[in-house]
Amino acid sequence: MTLLPAKFGIYGGQFVPETLMPALIELEEAFVSAQNDAAFQEEFNRLMASFVGRPTPLTYAKRLSEKLGGAQIYLKREDLAHTGAHKINNALGQALLVKRMGKRRIVAETGAGQHGVASATAAALLGLECVVYMGVVDIARQEPNVFRMKLLGAEVQPVTSGTQTLKDAINEAIRDWVTNVRDTHYLLGSALGPHPYPTIVREFQSVIGTEAREQVMMEVGHLPDTVIACVGGGSNAIGIFSGFVKDDGVELIGVEAGGNGIASGKHAARFGDPSKARVGVIHGTRTYVLQDEDGQIAETHSVSAGLDYAAVGPEHAMMRDNERAFYTSATDEEALDAFQTLCHTEGIIPALESSHAVAEVIKRAPTMRKDQVILVNLSGRGDKDLNTVIKEMRI
Amino acid sequence: MNRIESAFANKPIFMPYFPLGYPDLDTSIDVIEALAKNGADLIEVGLSFSDPLADGPVIQRATQIALEKGITVRKSLAAVAELRRRGVTVPLILMGYFNPMLAYGLEKFVCDAREAGADGFIIPDLPLEEAGEFESALSGATQQGSEVEAQANGVNRPSTTLRSAQDGELPLIQMLAPTSPNERMEAIARNAKGFIYLVSVTGVTGARASISDGLGDLIARVREHASVPVCVGFGIGTPEQAKQVGALADGVIVGSACVKTIGENPNPVEAAKEFARSFRNAMR
Repeated sequence: MTLLPAKFGIYGGQFVPETLMPALIELEEAFVSAQNDAAFQEEFNRLMASFVGRPTPLTYAKRLSEKLGGAQIYLKREDLAHTGAHKINNALGQALLVKRMGKRRIVAETGAGQHGVASATAAALLGLECVVYMGVVDIARQEPNVFRMKLLGAEVQPVTSGTQTLKDAINEAIRDWVTNVRDTHYLLGSALGPHPYPTIVREFQSVIGTEAREQVMMEVGHLPDTVIACVGGGSNAIGIFSGFVKDDGVELIGVEAGGNGIASGKHAARFGDPSKARVGVIHGTRTYVLQDEDGQIAETHSVSAGLDYAAVGPEHAMMRDNERAFYTSATDEEALDAFQTLCHTEGIIPALESSHAVAEVIKRAPTMRKDQVILVNLSGRGDKDLNTVIKEMRI
Repeated sequence: MNRIESAFANKPIFMPYFPLGYPDLDTSIDVIEALAKNGADLIEVGLSFSDPLADGPVIQRATQIALEKGITVRKSLAAVAELRRRGVTVPLILMGYFNPMLAYGLEKFVCDAREAGADGFIIPDLPLEEAGEFESALSGATQQGSEVEAQANGVNRPSTTLRSAQDGELPLIQMLAPTSPNERMEAIARNAKGFIYLVSVTGVTGARASISDGLGDLIARVREHASVPVCVGFGIGTPEQAKQVGALADGVIVGSACVKTIGENPNPVEAAKEFARSFRNAMR
């Protein structure tokens, strides 16, 4: 029925109200035709280079590697992309699709604010109206990004329903979309939601993996042994994994938010807590979902707003089942330690989201040989998190 | 003739929505009984979900309260059975989101719903593309149901339970929207069972100031392909609007206005009686 496969194994699909189905079909058509349109690709690549600043560098983390005493660690520097995170890759790609579809308005959800800022930026660049939905809990903990969005001309709509975080921001964005679908595009920021979003987001983020693979080959002359990325919805992870998914020898590791620890129940580890995570349907897709016995979506917790979400992208669910990728988690505390370690050893302030990936590097690198290579996706920079970090660390 | 077909004997029909568990479980059962006995021809019985993305603020709030008060799928099905015990004979269609049904187990959900006396299902996040799995559960449950029935009776004699009012499998009611293109409308309408739920506006549930101008044309487009009655919902809030829409459609669905009027009244059961009568009278 669909032009592209709507499912990843048993996961994915299109669980949305009928009102939105024609918009999903239209979006898929626009995406497929854009993929086959050299002019679109050229425009996208031009903006990636001249506006986003791609390719982002690959940085050898010399002092961190020495400190940990094992594998050599390389950082894919998405924190150096314009707006400070990988989110801009997808936001610009989708905004170009919006122009192609002749729509004039975008709505977006945001947790950490990075996708909201990226969407507001893409909207400003391409002359689109932009409304960003953000839970009031997240507005409080990611204040700098709220100002950035406003400065960029976007309207930030505080969301007070439900748990007042990312999940509820997505609900409100979808409600706006269903109401204004004729002239509005929902610029979904993660590899989530109904088909074709998980595929579109992966494709626009695959630039991370494509670049990183070439860069590692140039720099060390062989593939990395392990690729590590944090996983909220999973867009930065799927982006970097996509460059290595066919390289069977490369181990792919996703790191979820362990919050206060799995046993505490306060976390966002969809793969890490069999007592709360079951395959279910939320926000248009079938995937692993943290929920209670009655199928009500569970509250999640993470120090990092961008990982604080009850479901994971459907392609990750498939990759977990077929064991192409492995998933683990890092607690708030581990992420905050990793944050500080990277600041001190490398002079890089990472986003709290990315700090979860770094936390896994800290656990894993010492167990590896010195001739082995870990590639970690440093998906964003940490300026937005300073308030949280100052509070948590009592600096 | 099953309960849904009987309900459409006198058109247009009045179809209110009310969520079980709001403002509390006992009151919601009383309210639904009052609606049924005062003019509702069919009732959409709401199952609550934490993330009701097709619903506006009124239903969001009501279902949130229902969840806070401890409503579950199991309790909701027991409430449906209780309504049948109280002699409620109108069709009761369960309206809810997919995940709680999945969590309950689709086959078991369909079986237990049927056993409780439900007549069909409306699942707003289950478009045609994803309906297959639920449809399989429905046909599975029908077979299972008739086996249980045959065993219980020893011989192939019709059961005397309320369930015998049902003929064949319960319908999954399909929804159509103003954005549905013609070919899609045709594909959905052609296979529709029970009735078609036509969403009158692009948007979430909730009363609107007026009925959209293009509604007559929209209904006409659906009727071209439909062999079952066409009911209109979303945005209808007053008896006058219901009368207007009732002149065009086979049925009128009233959700948010019903929940708001009844939920805000200190005496919800009396409010329900009054609400049902006022709509019923306006639509005659």
